[in-house]
Amino acid sequence: MLARDYINVLYIDLDKQEYRYEQRKDLVKYLGGTGLAAKLLDENIKPELDPLDPAQPMIYAIGPLSFVMPVCTKAVATFYSPHTKEYGESHAGGRFAMAMRFAGIDAMVITGKSAHPQYLLIDDGVQFRDARAMWGLSVEETGKILRQTTHGSGVRSSIRIGRSGENLVTYAGVNVDTYRHFGRLGLGAVMGSKNLKAIVVIGNNTVDIPQELKVKYRKVYDKIYDRVLNTDLMKKYHELGTPVNVIPLNEMHSLPSFNLQKNKIDFAEDISGEKFAEDNLVRKVACAGCPIGCIHIGQVRREFDAGYEYETINVSYDHELIFALGTFLGIRSTDEILELIDVVESEGLDAISTGVVLGWATEAYKRGYVSLEETLVPFEFGIVQNYIAAVKYISTRKNKFYEDLGKGVVHASKIYGGADFACHLGGNEMAGYHTGYGNVVGFAVGSRHSHLDNGGYSIDQSKPKEEDIVKKVYDEELERNILTSLVICLFARKVYTRDIVLEALDAVGISMTNEELTKFAKDVQRLKYQIKAKLGYSLDSIKIPERFFQTKTLNGVLSSEKAHEMVKEYKKLIDELMNEQ
Amino acid sequence: MAKVLKVADRRRCIGCLSCRQACARLRGEFSIANSAIEVKTSGGYTGEFVINICRGCEEPACMEACKFGALTKRNGGGVIFHKDKCTKCGACGVACAVNAIRFDEEGYPIICTHCGYCTKYCPHRCITTKEVL
Repeated sequence: MLARDYINVLYIDLDKQEYRYEQRKDLVKYLGGTGLAAKLLDENIKPELDPLDPAQPMIYAIGPLSFVMPVCTKAVATFYSPHTKEYGESHAGGRFAMAMRFAGIDAMVITGKSAHPQYLLIDDGVQFRDARAMWGLSVEETGKILRQTTHGSGVRSSIRIGRSGENLVTYAGVNVDTYRHFGRLGLGAVMGSKNLKAIVVIGNNTVDIPQELKVKYRKVYDKIYDRVLNTDLMKKYHELGTPVNVIPLNEMHSLPSFNLQKNKIDFAEDISGEKFAEDNLVRKVACAGCPIGCIHIGQVRREFDAGYEYETINVSYDHELIFALGTFLGIRSTDEILELIDVVESEGLDAISTGVVLGWATEAYKRGYVSLEETLVPFEFGIVQNYIAAVKYISTRKNKFYEDLGKGVVHASKIYGGADFACHLGGNEMAGYHTGYGNVVGFAVGSRHSHLDNGGYSIDQSKPKEEDIVKKVYDEELERNILTSLVICLFARKVYTRDIVLEALDAVGISMTNEELTKFAKDVQRLKYQIKAKLGYSLDSIKIPERFFQTKTLNGVLSSEKAHEMVKEYKKLIDELMNEQ
Repeated sequence: MAKVLKVADRRRCIGCLSCRQACARLRGEFSIANSAIEVKTSGGYTGEFVINICRGCEEPACMEACKFGALTKRNGGGVIFHKDKCTKCGACGVACAVNAIRFDEEGYPIICTHCGYCTKYCPHRCITTKEVL
């Protein structure tokens, strides 16, 4: 809708191998990102069918500020999650948003299933291209091939799945431009279920800045650019990046480790952000339209044969990966963590869920819930080789056990036992914080069961009064509905205060008031819960596993009763919201 | 004294494209498609970035290739574009040895004016302007 009065939706039907664009003025009020993608999901979802039925839609959306304002770099995907069996929403950076923007697409709705593996090349129209030879290839390999077989270098983005997506692992992600991901909730499986290996978008259209906005746009862009680069608001992401959290969280007894049996490790300094930066960090790269460059690339040199034969691994790392594929599995060195990240990347899995699943599997094996015949490798915290093998087994559904592991800890623990130490919240595997009620309850009730729904871990660190936590969690998700609809990277949430958001919108010709934004945030929240209700989801179903109450947090040992009370309290707020309309 | 645009340190580039956006803004466009500066990956994100800019030749091959007088020598290096004389033949782009001339949707060459606006937005000082006699 940039510089025009409608939302341009590209509908792609893989069954019929057809596509069409629709100019929809009625969607303008949904702005973009979360709001728009949720609306299009609501229109197209088939609640009566399985999440992986070919008829289910896969939605991608950008927002009115995408790429044209600093750090508005993300795209939002919505889908019927095969992992949680409810509302699925996932975000990714890279160049995808830019490419969509200048391919003239505000949103895409992809339905159906190709008769054989294909990839889509989207430029001025859509080409349905043969991908049979790519099926089974790694994410990296696929990316390298697509770069040779498509045009548009510099304004192109490619998103692709690995074997895990092809094999419908319910937490398979979609890789975006090598280093970013639609990671969580199984978008990769949805893509795999459609026989779709990849989507390449080429954004080479010209879009003129309307004459009346030229001066204002430059002024506001410069103001925001200055806040991004020349203040401390985003410093953390620029320097050590999110791994700066490892040491402080460890000191706070809030770093989930050894399948959350522990909240602190004695080797934090060996895998800290500082250690990664000193030993492995070789460069930083950026999403298109962000001068911060928070993507930290770590390098490991590995001798693959005697005689000084080396190969080099370059992967991006973040706090969540150090947690999931490091502390949670007791991995003690930066090199080993990067090696494990590498295989997770190749297979196209969600790093967080994979790590947490393997943590559960290790404890289940040690306690005798599963046998070596099933696990094939003798899981042991700290032994990375087993995990490297297991990641491939999950992705290829090696046996019944790995097929079950490939559906997440809720599913696996139902079959093999060990539900009390299956570290999920609301059906999605936990993230790298064990800080208190804000995190546990916030994650569980968050509408996409992500730590980023409402930043509960951050609320905990501000040491709030217990009775204020639920309201804070609730308010924060509403506020983030605005950011993720526009779609502003959440790392820039301190840059984009309400005032700045309004100014940015005004500078691209969208006039809104603060009150309208507040109402919009509520409308989006309602929309998400309407979809959830259609899919049979209720906050009443939330049951937080015992492990979260056994291991102490920054805010002490949590009570299960109190946490579940808080969920009820949250539900009351949502009920009130739903009745407001 | 005139200024010319230079690549100071390509390896520091993070691929944020802020420079391309800056050029686009000056041209009155949101899209980077017609930026005179081009930044792209070589071999994908695992490889390094390349920065394609007009190198400010003292003996511009593009100008020599233009038979219509649409490109004239710029003081300090590079060329000045005279749109009214351009026939959109594309010979300038072919002649440029460093691949710095691209063409807009109408077929006109996109010629860098060496104004240096893009350099203000490079977070890592990869590009800069240099004073020349």
